[in-house]
This record gives sequence, C-alpha cells and structure tokens, in this order.
Amino acid sequence: MDSDLSPQDKKDLDKFIKFFALKTVQVIVQARLGEKINTCSSSSPTGSDWFNLAIKDIPEVTHEAKKALAGQLPGIGRSMCVEISLKTSEGDSMELETWCLEMNEKCDKDIKVSYTVYNRLSLLLKSLLAITRVTPAYKLSRKQGHDYVILYRIYFGDVQLTGLGEGFQTVRVGIVGTPIGTITLSCAYRTNLALMSSRQFERTGPIMGIIIDHYVERPFTNMAHMHPCSYRSPGEDEGGTYAGIEDSQEVCTTSFSTSPPSQMVVPGKEGGVPQVPAQPTHGTAAEHGRIPSCPTGQSPQLAPPTSCSSEVKTVSPSDALETTFTRKVGAFVNKATTQVTTTSLDLPFAAFAPRAYDLQENDPMVHPPPSPAPSSPLQGSLHSNTSSHSGGQPQDDFVMVDFKPAFSKDDLLPMDLGTFYKEFQNPPQLASLSIDVSVQSMAEDLDSLPEKLAIYEKNIDEFDAFVDTLQ
Amino acid sequence: MNCRSEVLEVSVEGRQVDEAMLALLHTILLHRSTGKFHYKKEGTYSIGTVGTQDVDCDFIDFTLVRVSSDELDRVIRKAVAEFKDALGNSGSDGMGQISLEFYQKKKSRWPFSDECIPWEVWSIKVNVVNLANEQERQICREKVGEKLGEKVINIVEVINRHEYLPKMPTQSEVYNVFDTSLKDVQPYLYKITYQITDSLGTSVSTTMRRLIKDTLAL
Repeated sequence: MDSDLSPQDKKDLDKFIKFFALKTVQVIVQARLGEKINTCSSSSPTGSDWFNLAIKDIPEVTHEAKKALAGQLPGIGRSMCVEISLKTSEGDSMELETWCLEMNEKCDKDIKVSYTVYNRLSLLLKSLLAITRVTPAYKLSRKQGHDYVILYRIYFGDVQLTGLGEGFQTVRVGIVGTPIGTITLSCAYRTNLALMSSRQFERTGPIMGIIIDHYVERPFTNMAHMHPCSYRSPGEDEGGTYAGIEDSQEVCTTSFSTSPPSQMVVPGKEGGVPQVPAQPTHGTAAEHGRIPSCPTGQSPQLAPPTSCSSEVKTVSPSDALETTFTRKVGAFVNKATTQVTTTSLDLPFAAFAPRAYDLQENDPMVHPPPSPAPSSPLQGSLHSNTSSHSGGQPQDDFVMVDFKPAFSKDDLLPMDLGTFYKEFQNPPQLASLSIDVSVQSMAEDLDSLPEKLAIYEKNIDEFDAFVDTLQ
Repeated sequence: MNCRSEVLEVSVEGRQVDEAMLALLHTILLHRSTGKFHYKKEGTYSIGTVGTQDVDCDFIDFTLVRVSSDELDRVIRKAVAEFKDALGNSGSDGMGQISLEFYQKKKSRWPFSDECIPWEVWSIKVNVVNLANEQERQICREKVGEKLGEKVINIVEVINRHEYLPKMPTQSEVYNVFDTSLKDVQPYLYKITYQITDSLGTSVSTTMRRLIKDTLAL
C-alpha cells in the first residue's frame, strides 16, 4: 500500500491528515462556543490557512487535540472523536453528540494527494462548517450561559456512542478517499433531549449508573478532560456563571442553587446534586494506544478552566432515606454538608403529644364548637390551614418533620413561626365563649339590661374621671 | 458528460422565502467557491483564503453559513428578491422554482458565440403557504428550520459524492470555469434563473428568464 505512494506524497498526506484533524476539532468546538463565527476571505494567500479556509486556531483547543492525538494520526482502527456534552448548573451532564473522524481500509490508489485529496479535504471542512450549524446541539450551544454550559472532550481510539441515549441519529458529513484509506467524518447526535427533565428527580442509582457506565473503563478521570466550549481567560471562576436551572424542568423548588443556606430539601423530592467525588476513581486512560501520560487521580490538580467537573458542589446522597434530609448549601460552597436526621431532633410536640391526644375530645379541630365564630380571622385561618395537621398528631410510630422556613429567626421567640402556629392551634377556650348557652337565653339577657344600665348611670362620675385620665 | 441535476423542495411562509432561498443558495455556493487564484510561473497557482460567516435568520430558526463575500451576498440577495417579487405578483398560489446552474464556457469559432455547458443544476422548488395565526407561525419557524437543516444535509451528501468537477484551468482558461469578477472569492461560473408556476400547477405560463450572472453577450 504505502509502497505505491512516493515518500513525498506520504509525507504530504500525513501532514494533510494531521492538520485536517486539528482543523476539524477547531470547527466543531468553535461551532459550540455559543457565538456566531465570522472570518474574512483574503484574496492573497497567506500560506498559513490550511485547506484555503479561514479557520481560527484557538490555542487551548489545539493543545487539547494534540494531547489527545499524542503524536499519532487518525487511521484505520484509530478514530479521533470529539464529544460534545451539556452540563447544567446542578451538575447534571448529558452527551449531545459525538463527531468521529475515522478511516477505513478502502483505498483510492490513483488519487492525487497534493491536489485532489487536499481540495476534497477542504470541501469536507466546508461541509463540516455547514453541518455543525444544523445538528440540535447548535441551538442549545447558542443559548448556553447561566443555566448550562457545553463541554467538549477529545479522545482517540474506539468510538463510544452509548452515552447518546436511545434512538440517536447519525449524519455523515463526507468522505475523502486517499491512497492509504478512506477518511470519513460523521456525527452521531442524541435525539432524546427530554431525558434531562426526568433525570432531575431521579437521584438514585440509575443516574449515577449511566454516568459511571459511560465511563466504565475510564470513570471520572475523564470527566476531568471535559472542557467548556467557551473562550474564557484562564483563572476565571466558572462557577460564578451558574444561577439556576433551565426552564424546561419541573424542578423541586428547593433545589435551586441560589436557595438560601438554611433551606431544607424535602426528602423524596430530592433536587440536590448527585455525588461527584472530588477524587476520581482510578481508571485506565480512555485513549487506547495512547501513552498513559496522565497521572491518575488528577482532577484536583487540573487548572480550573479545564475541569468543570472538579468543582465541589453540594452533595446529597442519592440514597436519601425518608427520615434523612440534607441541608442544602448554595452551589460551590465548600462546606461539608450536614445531614440532619430526625432522631437527633427533639420531637417538637413531645410535650404536647400526650396532651393533644388526651384533649382530642376538646380539640376544636376535631370537634368544632357548635356556635362560636372564630374570634379573629387569624384563628379562622389557622383552623382551615392546620386542620389537616390535627389528624397528624404525633403518634409513636409517626415522625414529625420539622420545617424551618427560610429566614426564620428564633432569637425573638423561643420558637419559629411554624411552631408558633402549631402550638397555638389549640388555645384554651375563651371564658366568654364557654358560657353554657343553654342557661341563658336572649330574653333573660334583655331583661337584665335595664338593671345594668341603672348601675352604669350611678357610676357615671367614675367613668368620666377615668376618661379624663386617658386624655 | 451529463449535467448533474438536484431538486430540493421547501414549503415556507411568505416572509420566510428570502431567508430560505439564501440559506440553500449560500450553502451550495460555499461548496462551489474557492479562494482567488494567483497564477505563478510554470503553470502553478496559489489559492486565496475563503472566510465564512454565520448569519442568523430572522423568520426561521436557522443559522446559515455563507462565504465571507459581501459582493457575492449582494448578487444572491438581489436574485432572491426578484424571485420573491415574482412569486408575490403571480397570484395567490405561490409556487415557484429558483435554479442555480453551474456551467463551463466552451469557446466556439466565430460567428458562433461561446457555449454554456452546465455541469450541475440545483433546483429549489418553493411552495408558499399562508398561516392564520401567530402560533402557527411559531411552529412554522421551527419546522422550516428543521427542513432547511435536512436540505443542507442533502446538499452536503450530493457534494461529497465527488462527482464531476471541471478541471482546474490554466490561467488562460480560468474565465471559462470560474467567475473571476469578485474581489475576494471565486465561485464556479453560475447563473440563477427562476420560474413561477401558475395557479393550475401546469408548466410555466409566465416564464421570466433573468440572467443575473452571465458573461455571455446575447
């Protein structure tokens, strides 16, 4: 095969393939930066524009591509892949597409390397420019910013498409025959973007499983290789851009990262973040055939701009039990989470529990008084809002969950507002309301009125003196 | 050698006609344009650099990629505007076809004028629909965006078959293959024509041939 190719042609072809691979990566990553790309045509050739196309070289991207290639070239059985994924501010990530530059064994011996192959590679890059604006990830990448970012990862070796979900589509960008094989460029993209909303609730094994399974041979080590598709200066704190969740999800209201530190997360409606280990587990390098130049356990040492995944976020264990809930801290706070279990709390109604049980007969919730109206609207509303709680009197086998609303202060009162309401839902009956109505009737009331009036008239001087003191 | 002919069909709303046509025509021209040739001694030449520009459509959820050449853009926009006007004037039906034809010139002896031999023709059939309310328009935005995406994939597929392309010409022949009138890029010789279908859907009743770009003197 190679013997048919002159040394010069072989050298040229290798150079073309190398620079084609680098330019392919540039085009793909730049198309996912979230901005429109504009480059100028130039009638005078500068000699540095490969394939006669003005494609800028982002140094970081070139560096990553060269690192992934590690001196090798895409060839038969050695594909170069650029994986584009989305990562939300909550830490969820989802693969969107994988671009594959592959080579198969079908050779075109007669083709002219320096002319035809070169021009066809140029044409293929133009096709790539067009196709990168057409796949669904383009629109997503144009809207990235506060709620999610787009990451890229370059790897070399076997193509991995399992992370794209079911029903992913493939589009072939094009092929170029060469004397040593046929170069093909294609894109496999996810079609099922709806996964994002269901994942938000399922903080259980399967979600973790998906992430782990995808990286089964190279778990979180390669999360460290994910790079943001955004051109930011190094050292900028990426975490600062995350402010909330994308609108498409029906998220538990307590799960936003901007929630105040004291907000509790309701168990069972977990909106927290799946656990991301700060220290990734060791694994083999993704890139087969690659010299393992990356040390294991590397993620904490990586420079901040290049590893989104190594941010320390809030952790809520995926196996949240009903009686365990996690205090959610604001995103990117390095405090350890405190797990509060109900066993460590005093039963808030411990003092009241037996009393409430005993007083059920007199409980106005259970047995509303026959005639008296609530003496104040507040009490009325307490009745209506907390009537549901009357059925939930603490029993021995029933665990009360103490809700601590945000911004509640417990320094003024010995208890917070919620507890206040609950405690005072059973106020003692007012003396005037507990009059035995059957004893007095309206007529008797009226009869006693003249007597009362006479007494008041007699004491009128006292009343006047009292009023004077008030003035 | 037979002329390669490809047909693309789109259904769009009235105000989307311009952008849909521009999107497809520019995508084709992106692949059929090179940098300016600079011939050197001994028959060698160097090629200038082609830049690209992303353009967001206003009425369609789509971003088109075109060659960075304002001159070329102006020419294409003018042709599309004329097509749209013709569509609008034709009546309520709104069906038409715009064709982008790449050709080579072949010199003939006097008194015959040069021949134009097409080697690739792209026909874009347009069906203009009328929509009743804003909600339908919004859906149409997205749908047409997706359709255009599919058409781009079709175009790319055809082009990457690497079928016939004119040979790279010598300096004296370059004008027979390429349009050298632009400052910054050099598309293959092309012309844009359009036809409006009448309301009966039969063959053309009003044929207007506008040779937007043709160096042939008739």
